Amino acid sequence: MSVRPRQNYNGVVAAAPVTIPYERYSIHAAHWWIGRALRALADLARLKPADIDGFSVSSFTVGPDTAIGLTQHFGLSPRFLDHVPLGGASGVVALRRAARAVQAGDADMIACVAADTNHVDSFRRTLSTFSRFAQDAVYPYGSGGPNASFALITRAYMDRFGATREDFGRICVAQRDNALAFPHALMKKPLTLAEYMDARAISDPIHLFDCVMPCAGAEAFLVCTEERARDLGLPFVRILSTIERHNAFMDDPIQFRGGWVVDLDAFYGHAGVKPDDVDLLQTYDDYPVISMMQIEDLGFCKKGEAASFVRAHDLTFRGDFPHNTSGGQLSVGQAGAAGGYLGLVEAMRQLCGEAGANQVRDAEIALVSGFGMINYDRGLASGAAIIARA
Amino acid sequence: MTEPLVKPKRKDPLKRTRLPLSPQGARSRTALGLVAAAAEGRFALQVCDQCAKIVYPPRDACPACFAPAPPFRDVPPEGALLATTTIRTSTDTYYRERMPWRVGTIRLDCGPSIVAHIHGDVSDGDRVRMSLHLDRSGQAVAFALPLTETPAMADDPQLREMTCDPKFRRALVTDGRTAVGQAAAKALSDAGASIVFVGLADEWKPFPGDAALRAIPNVEIVPLDVTNSESVGDLAADIGGRVDIIVNTAEHVRPGGLMARRGLVVAREEMEIRYFGLMRLAQSFGPILRMRGADGVNSATAIVNFLFVHALANLPEFGAYSATEAACLSATHSLRSELRPGGVKCINIFHGPLETEWFQTVPPPKVAPSALGKAAVDALRRGLEDVFVGDIAQDIRARAAANPKALEREL
Repeated sequence: MSVRPRQNYNGVVAAAPVTIPYERYSIHAAHWWIGRALRALADLARLKPADIDGFSVSSFTVGPDTAIGLTQHFGLSPRFLDHVPLGGASGVVALRRAARAVQAGDADMIACVAADTNHVDSFRRTLSTFSRFAQDAVYPYGSGGPNASFALITRAYMDRFGATREDFGRICVAQRDNALAFPHALMKKPLTLAEYMDARAISDPIHLFDCVMPCAGAEAFLVCTEERARDLGLPFVRILSTIERHNAFMDDPIQFRGGWVVDLDAFYGHAGVKPDDVDLLQTYDDYPVISMMQIEDLGFCKKGEAASFVRAHDLTFRGDFPHNTSGGQLSVGQAGAAGGYLGLVEAMRQLCGEAGANQVRDAEIALVSGFGMINYDRGLASGAAIIARA
Repeated sequence: MTEPLVKPKRKDPLKRTRLPLSPQGARSRTALGLVAAAAEGRFALQVCDQCAKIVYPPRDACPACFAPAPPFRDVPPEGALLATTTIRTSTDTYYRERMPWRVGTIRLDCGPSIVAHIHGDVSDGDRVRMSLHLDRSGQAVAFALPLTETPAMADDPQLREMTCDPKFRRALVTDGRTAVGQAAAKALSDAGASIVFVGLADEWKPFPGDAALRAIPNVEIVPLDVTNSESVGDLAADIGGRVDIIVNTAEHVRPGGLMARRGLVVAREEMEIRYFGLMRLAQSFGPILRMRGADGVNSATAIVNFLFVHALANLPEFGAYSATEAACLSATHSLRSELRPGGVKCINIFHGPLETEWFQTVPPPKVAPSALGKAAVDALRRGLEDVFVGDIAQDIRARAAANPKALEREL
C-alpha cells in the first residue's frame, strides 16, 4: 500500500443536494432525467450552462450516448468531463474525482449527476447485457438477475456468520420507517417484521422486501470551492476523507467482504475521526446483506457481527444508529445509477439541516458508502466518503 | 432424490402446443470455447499456457500474468457446492415457464468459482462433479452433478432440459434394413423409448435380421423410402407429430474414387440416399420437430446422423462416398442452425469403417454396428453434438485438427 501522504480536501465542498422525485416507470429518456437534475442545480445556484465547467455523469440507460454526447445535448462546454459507470459506487467516486479536479484548478463548478429512466421492460434488457461475464456466465443460469446472485452471497453469509432473515428484516423495516417520513420515497406502506418474514420468496433466501424496486429518477450535487458555495448562498458540506477499491479479495470463493477493509485505517486516519464519531451512516443497500457487510467492513463492528449489531441498535433516523435515513433504495426505489448517489445526497441534506421530517438531530459527521457492479458473482466496486457539516 | 419420470399421457389434441423458447444464447467469442468441450461432453476451462492459472469466466488474457488468450483444456471437474438458490421469478421468458430453477456457486478444486445449474440430488456443502452441457439455445452451460450416479438421476427436470434422453420419447429409425438401423432400434428400445418407429422401403423384400428387428419391444414398422419425397412426406403426415427423435440410418457405402467409376449412377444413388435423403427428412420432419421443442416430457429433441469420418478428410479408396459424406456433414451444420430455435439438437456420430459387407476389404480396426447404436443413445442421453466412435474416427479427427494438409497426403 502507498505510504505517500494523501492531500486533504480543504477548500473544496459538495453543495446543493438535489433529488428529482422518482417514478416507478417513466416514458422519458435518461436524458430527460439528467436535464431535470441540471435544471434543479442551475436554479439553486443561479447558474447558466456556460457557468458549469465540469460535468460528471452516471447512468445505465443513457446509451448510445456517453458523457461527451451529453455535453452537446445540454449545451455544456466543460473543461472537466467524467463518466462514472460504477453503479452503486458512482456517488462517492464522482465526488472524489470532482473534488480533486476543483482542488487542482482544473474546474471551478462541477455538476455531478446520476440518473436513469425505467421503461417497461428496460430492466430485463439491462440485466441480460449488464456485463460480458453476466452475459457469458450468469444470465443463462436461470436469468434471476441480481436477486439470484445476491441470494447466493446472502446464503453463504448466513451459513458463515449465523445471520438470520429476521436480522436482515430489521434493516428493511427500519428503512421503511424512515421512508414514511421522506416525501420522495415510492414505498409508503408501513412494513412490519411479520410482513417482511411472510413475504413471498424471490430467490431463496431473498424474499420480496429484500429487493429494491427499479424505477426512474435522478440525484445530483455540485462540487466547487467553499468560497464559491458561500458566494452563491448554497448549502454545502466538507469532505473529510474518501476511498475507493475495486475487485478486492478476488480469491475469496464467494463474497463475504468488500474493498473497504483494505483501506480502512487510511480512510479514518485521513478524516481524523473514528467510527464512534459518525452520526449517521448511509450504506449501499441493494440487498440488506450488503448493508451488513458495510457495517462490518467500515469498522462499526467486527466481521460477522453485523447481525447482533443491528439487533442491538435502532437504525431509524430517530435511533441511536441512524442508517439510510431517507429509506434507502429498499424503500425509496432504485433509480439505476442514481441509487449510487442516493445515500450521498441524503447525507448532504442531513448535514445541511435540510432533511425535513427525517432530520437526524445534531448530525455533524456522516459516512457514505458505495458498492456496485455485480459483474459476475460479486460486487466489484466499493468506495466510501466521510463528510461533515460546514 | 429425483422423482422418476412418469410416462406422459396421450396428448390432448385440443390443447395448444407450447411453443419453444430459448434461454439467452448470446456469448462472447471467447466464451464459445466452452461449446467445443460441451459438444463432446468434456469439461474444459481456460488454462494459461504460461502460468497454468485456471480461468473462469472466459477471458481474453490471463488474470495472473496477462498472457493472451488462455487455451481451453480439460480440467478436473470436482468441486464443492458453496451455496445454492432457488430462483422463483425471472424476467426471461424461457425461465419464467420453468420456475423454480436452482443455481449455485461451486468452488472447483482446481481454482475458480463457477455459477452453475444444480442437479436436484445435490445440496449446499456437497461435493459435486461439473459437466458442460448444451442448453436449449445450443450454448455451453456448466452443470453441477452428484459425484456418483443417483437413482433416476437423468430424470432431473433441469438436466433433462440439457439432454435428449430417449426415455419415454418416440424415435424414428429411418432404415431398418441396415445393421446400424437394427442396432439403433435395439439401443433406443433398451433406453426406454416408448415407440421406436422403424422405416422400411418395400417391406415385402426379406433382409437379414428381419425377425429380430420385429421382436424388439416397442418397435413399429413404418413404410419409408428416403429416396422418395412422397414417401417421406406421407410418413411425416402420418406420424410426424409423434416423432421426438430421428435417427437417420439410411446408408449406401460404395468404394471408388471419382475416376474409377463409369458414369454417375452410383454417385447419384449415394447422394439420393445420403444427402437428398437427409434433406427430405429435414423438409418433412424438421419443421414439426422444431415446433415441438417444448412439448412436455416427450418434446421433440434431436436428429441423429451417422457420418463416415472421411467427411472430414477424403479417403480416396472411398473417394466419391467421402464426398457425399462431406456434403452431409455440411448439411447438418445448416440443419443444426435451423433446428436451434426449437431447442432441437442435431447430433453427428462419426465412424470409421464398419463391420459390414461393404467394408469387407478394409483392414481392422472396424466398428461394430452395435457400437454405433449405443453411441447414439449415449449422445442423446448426454445431449452431445459431436461423437467420434472408434479408433479410426478419433485418429482422423485428431489428425485433421493437427494438420489437414498432412492428412490429405497420408490418406
